Amino acid sequence: MKLKIIHETSYRYDQPVRGLVQSLRLTPSAHEGQRVGDWSIAVTDGERGAAFRDGAGDWIEAWTVRGPVDEVTVTISGLIETRDTAGVLRGHRETINPLVYLRDTALTKPDAALRELAQSVSGEDALDLAHKLAAAVSEAIAYVPGVTESVTTAAEALALGQGVCQDHAHALIACAHVHGMPARYVSGYLHSNADGTPHDAAHAWAEIHVGSLGWVGFDAANACCPDDRYVRLGSGYDAQDAAPVRGTTFGSGEESLDVRVQVEEMEQEQ
Amino acid sequence: MTTYYNEMVDGGVVREPYAMLSDWVETMPAEIRQMKQAEAEDLFRRIGITFAVYGEGGDPDRLIPFDMMPRVFLQNEWRKLERGIKQRARALNAFLRDVYGRGEIVRAGRIPARLVYQNEAYEKAVVGFVPPRGVYSHIVGIDIVRTGRDEFYVLEDNCRTPSGVSYMLENREIMMRMFPALFRNSRIEPVDQYPEILRRTLASVAPAKCEGTPTVVILTPGHYNSAYYEHSFLANLMGVELVEGSDLFVDKGFVYMRTTQGPKRVDVIYRRIDDAFIDPLCFRPDSMLGVPGLMDVYRSGGVSICSAPGAGVADDKAIYTFVPEMVRFYLGEEPILNNVQTWTLWKEDDYKYVMANLKDLVVKEVHGSGGYGMLVGPKSTKDEVEAFRKKIEADPSNYIAQPTLALSTCPTFVDEGIAPRHVDLRPYCLCGDRIELVPGGLTRVALREGSLVVNSSQGGGVKDTWVLSE
Repeated sequence: MKLKIIHETSYRYDQPVRGLVQSLRLTPSAHEGQRVGDWSIAVTDGERGAAFRDGAGDWIEAWTVRGPVDEVTVTISGLIETRDTAGVLRGHRETINPLVYLRDTALTKPDAALRELAQSVSGEDALDLAHKLAAAVSEAIAYVPGVTESVTTAAEALALGQGVCQDHAHALIACAHVHGMPARYVSGYLHSNADGTPHDAAHAWAEIHVGSLGWVGFDAANACCPDDRYVRLGSGYDAQDAAPVRGTTFGSGEESLDVRVQVEEMEQEQ
Repeated sequence: MTTYYNEMVDGGVVREPYAMLSDWVETMPAEIRQMKQAEAEDLFRRIGITFAVYGEGGDPDRLIPFDMMPRVFLQNEWRKLERGIKQRARALNAFLRDVYGRGEIVRAGRIPARLVYQNEAYEKAVVGFVPPRGVYSHIVGIDIVRTGRDEFYVLEDNCRTPSGVSYMLENREIMMRMFPALFRNSRIEPVDQYPEILRRTLASVAPAKCEGTPTVVILTPGHYNSAYYEHSFLANLMGVELVEGSDLFVDKGFVYMRTTQGPKRVDVIYRRIDDAFIDPLCFRPDSMLGVPGLMDVYRSGGVSICSAPGAGVADDKAIYTFVPEMVRFYLGEEPILNNVQTWTLWKEDDYKYVMANLKDLVVKEVHGSGGYGMLVGPKSTKDEVEAFRKKIEADPSNYIAQPTLALSTCPTFVDEGIAPRHVDLRPYCLCGDRIELVPGGLTRVALREGSLVVNSSQGGGVKDTWVLSE
């Protein structure tokens, strides 16, 4: 698919702030499943600082805005061509040893219930096991927006039995860890949901390291593996570590946030 | 019965390095000694040097006892130690460069991958980034114990931000002030060049983007930190700024410090803040001590951070057992300094042996420090041993065990006069464009009779450490 993405985040402050610093993981990296075309990041009144590719293969840009300012908009606009690789991440340049992703964080730490869920499943091989874990998580946590928050842990989401993509990803990471499989959180975009309706928010899923196949994506929220509807931005231990935007604001203004994500399929060229 | 090596009296004879001190002690009247001891304490209190050694916690206002009797090394003893320490510091830095790069030592099967990549101190954020000159640990504190005339063992390595060097400098300063005659009559190698060598070392690892003379700062968590005295002391002696996180900010790929003359670019940050707190945008988001965006600048080569974030993976007690292997693997040399024999409790055979011999061993937590969370078998009651056994059973991989070492003794002033007390040593090796070591270090002494625990939180004191020149 040829996709056009517009992702606008507006921060408004009830009183002007002195400035802000952001670390953005908002540029997709090339791999067999995606070829990045024109891609731009713009921050109103912002200055671009450090920019580099990290060991996970993610492109990171630091931006600063010097205030006083009461509104800042971060706009991503880009073109990308995607291909279905059945979730397998191939041709992605990264150097971090997969064992690093066996680490639990506060958000992904398995509790007794997650252990039980993970251990209720077995597979013929690592790939089969990963698929079954993803299916088990899909079944155990219903997709219900607005019930969980960004700080909800995998254990809490499972106890609730409800959550959104972040919760599914955290729970799946926890379950994979129970089986000693490296797993990580991936943030990105999704063109359309399984039923064909447009997906108008940022998205997240998990990747599990499956033996010789390497990293394979699993989207437990949609009960599938990422295909050509998915755009991969970056990875980390959990939602906080993989966050597309990490920032600090200097000042005491209360922040309100407005996010608009649009992922459109481009017209076929004649 | 265990015999302990007495560094002053060997085979009934006063050893040469202590000959002059022996006379000095014998001719000193008791009332003079008491007066001098009070004077020394008064000096320490006035300087304000009351923090806990090595960040052990405890009462920050408590004075660490200073023992006026110096610990003395002969030139040839020191030269061997120096070679061993420098060799170890080189190997540790080579290891760090390797495990944040290709991981050859793991691929070669010399160190288990798990111990490296699943280590809490391993930072994936710096994988693939090579700091200037490939140096990760710029100040390596190596804890050494002596068990015989020619027997020295490394107890542990400290690759992050080892503290205590201000004691090395202050102990010398106070001894020189109180007993100038001793220094006129002995050939004692100086240590007061340490701050200048530290400054030069830090400046030598400025990033390639640095223009002109590198600007070095010390980043402290602030005056509530138990080692704040040391931070301000070193900043003062080096002639560099002591800053807190809020004094620094990032802009367009560099780090700046706020000054009365406007922002000034900073090239090298000697941080005395743990990894987790140095940048809320990379590590703990709730940290108020760090500099937001610092890690992005670091990873794009705009500033140097000493020690490098992630350097701690080289100094935990599980990795420790492999340091001799690192020396062979990276340097192609045989280790000059020995490790203490160490049993790792995640190995079945080791586990069995340790559990059967708990009362004779010292057991430590892999990530513990400061003499807490450890069992000294021979000094513990049966109940204490059994309670510790339960802790080990719950999580064997969290522990290592070592034999109870026969730490050497040094003559030490006690109420009754002079008596032998157990000591250890921490020298501070500096790594930049060169590897340097000032002749000396911090000697800690267990002041309680028979005690083998030198930690200040457990009744330890400090001594001036002399290296005699030829």
